[in-house]
Amino acid sequence: MRRAGRGDEDGHGEARSLTPYLLVLPSGLWLLAFLAVPLVLMASLSLQTGNLVDGFQQTFHWQNYTDGLGTYGDKFVRSLWYGLLATAACAALAYPAAYWIAFHGGRAKSTYLFLLLLPYFVSFVLRTISWKLVLTDNGPVLGPLRDHGLLPDGFHVLDTGFAVVSGLTYGFLPFMVLPIYVALERIDPRVVEAARDLYAGRVRAFARIVLPLSLPGVLAGVVMTFVPVAADYVNAEVLGGPRNTMIGNVIQAEYFDNSAYPLASALSFTLMAMLLLGVFAYARALGAGSALEAARR
Amino acid sequence: MSEIDPALLRGLTRPRRDVLRLLGAGGAALALAACGVKGQGGKGTVTTGDVREFWRDKTRAGRLSWANWPGYMQDDRATLKAFEKATGTEVTYKEVIEETAPWFGKIQAPLAAGQSIGFDLMVMTNGIQLERCRRLGYLAPLDHTRLRTFAANAAAGFKNPSYDPGNAFTVPYVSGITGIAYNTRYVKEEITGIAQLFDPEYKGRVGMMADSQELGSFGMLALGIDPERSTPADWARAGARLRRQRDDGIVRKYYNQDYIDAVSKGEVWMTMAWSGDAYSMAGPDVRFVVPREGGTIWTDNLCVPRTAEHPVDALELMDWLYAPENNAPLTEFINYITPVPATRPLIARDAAAARGGERADLERLSASPLVFPSEAELARLRRYRRLAPAEEAEYQKIFEPIAKGS
Repeated sequence: MRRAGRGDEDGHGEARSLTPYLLVLPSGLWLLAFLAVPLVLMASLSLQTGNLVDGFQQTFHWQNYTDGLGTYGDKFVRSLWYGLLATAACAALAYPAAYWIAFHGGRAKSTYLFLLLLPYFVSFVLRTISWKLVLTDNGPVLGPLRDHGLLPDGFHVLDTGFAVVSGLTYGFLPFMVLPIYVALERIDPRVVEAARDLYAGRVRAFARIVLPLSLPGVLAGVVMTFVPVAADYVNAEVLGGPRNTMIGNVIQAEYFDNSAYPLASALSFTLMAMLLLGVFAYARALGAGSALEAARR
Repeated sequence: MSEIDPALLRGLTRPRRDVLRLLGAGGAALALAACGVKGQGGKGTVTTGDVREFWRDKTRAGRLSWANWPGYMQDDRATLKAFEKATGTEVTYKEVIEETAPWFGKIQAPLAAGQSIGFDLMVMTNGIQLERCRRLGYLAPLDHTRLRTFAANAAAGFKNPSYDPGNAFTVPYVSGITGIAYNTRYVKEEITGIAQLFDPEYKGRVGMMADSQELGSFGMLALGIDPERSTPADWARAGARLRRQRDDGIVRKYYNQDYIDAVSKGEVWMTMAWSGDAYSMAGPDVRFVVPREGGTIWTDNLCVPRTAEHPVDALELMDWLYAPENNAPLTEFINYITPVPATRPLIARDAAAARGGERADLERLSASPLVFPSEAELARLRRYRRLAPAEEAEYQKIFEPIAKGS
């Protein structure tokens, strides 16, 4: 993109200064119609009372929010907790994979990336359900293990928090791998060589040079993973039991099963506020500099 | 991207931010104050005038589409083929209904907007969502002058049901019993009652249903309460009991449709189950019982959405299904209670004509109390509590969150 200052030098200042506005107009209108307007409507709905048959009236019923938090507070906590666990697991798995592809992938880099993304050409729900078939109590994994006395009788994986977090980790892994890979890929190998020339060992070169340079990728990956993971409901529905319900499941049920639109809206806004606050706090803690750095990449 | 000048970014965002703030504040205040969602309450009852008015300009189209539950039609669609052959009407058949509440969630928006849901005939269980459809005016009032076969052949117990007086909007497709299915490979004692679903000995091995009316009814039956006559105080007690069952870790999972697979594979050892599923889809080790305390009986009903594009054809199919010779093959497959008792001798006749395994199957079927229950057996069964709109919220608040872990 050309820098803005040049416009004035060309002597078309007026027209040039409009250009950026015209450029953002389509996406701006799109956001207005499909994000801003629904958000305002939903905010309104979240303060209404009533039922489907008699209709919903605006009563500024703020209790929808306190009711939602009171009844489902533990689901919010669980969602954020599962989100943190899955994000951490994603980062732990994704970093070495991205590192290996970026530095040791050679000419086959794009093949490895393609292989990594290959499972994601299959629908998300379908992949989650296939996990269920694999992990079922007497299925191909647990059945033989139990038959050989390697597992206690009551042991099961499905319907546990472990299954849900594992499913989430699996489902959102590429959102972590790709930004980390991009960050690592941009590192000039000569910088690492220079560190080695200056007598930094492998570990030190990694800790002082590679890791800090790739950190923006990790940070971007964390945001891109955490937000959808904490709001997910498919994994908890398919792989979880009654003790693993996440807030996404509650919102889905309140909205579609119970037609409790105000409560569902209030819960959605609460979740949104929590996630936004979390992301802001996260960006803040990292300092504006590295956040900007992450954004620029 | 990396070429963007920070100054440009600031220039872009700052004035816009002010505009947005203005727009946002004004718009939001207006929207927040003004808009409500209009009530859609229609009439729960119909007059002959309404019926005539609805059907006046409707004509036969020669095709229709039907939304049904899985397992409710032979795999080779024999009954549909017979109907197509007899009437020349082409049927598009989809097994899209898994559970009543999500189905209602799916069709509610188009029906409220007066749009077609893409189906002319659908099967809904008596209960909260069917009641809502009736009250919201989502269903076509049935023209009984075109339902003569229904009038002639439906069992007395299936006519004029309490949830739809005069069959104004629905006719029954099948009825079923909710009881307990258990896997004899794992459960070594005989299961006879709901109390055993609460036995700590089966910790983590019990399945319950997620549906609030099924779950709530079993909670009440466990406490000796008749669900049909229950009060809000009873609901609270039953809710507390069910919560304790869950929090003690006895319930492994709350199921919609997938319990048969789980109990057949031994993931759960016993579970709330529907009679026909347990009869036809479960493995050989799975046994079904109607609990000592009583079970629930429900009816899945044929109904026509008000926005149906081919309602006349739908009505024709409804009526056609009530001829015993058309209904018998369906009952032989579905294994639920048929509203057409005259199919029983036909099934017995088919059994006499068949040989080997098929003969045994049909004989078992025509003798099965789950498909043709006696009066005494029916007396042990209870219907769901009918809920007025005002009560519905209270009922749902108690039972809905249980399966969701709250």
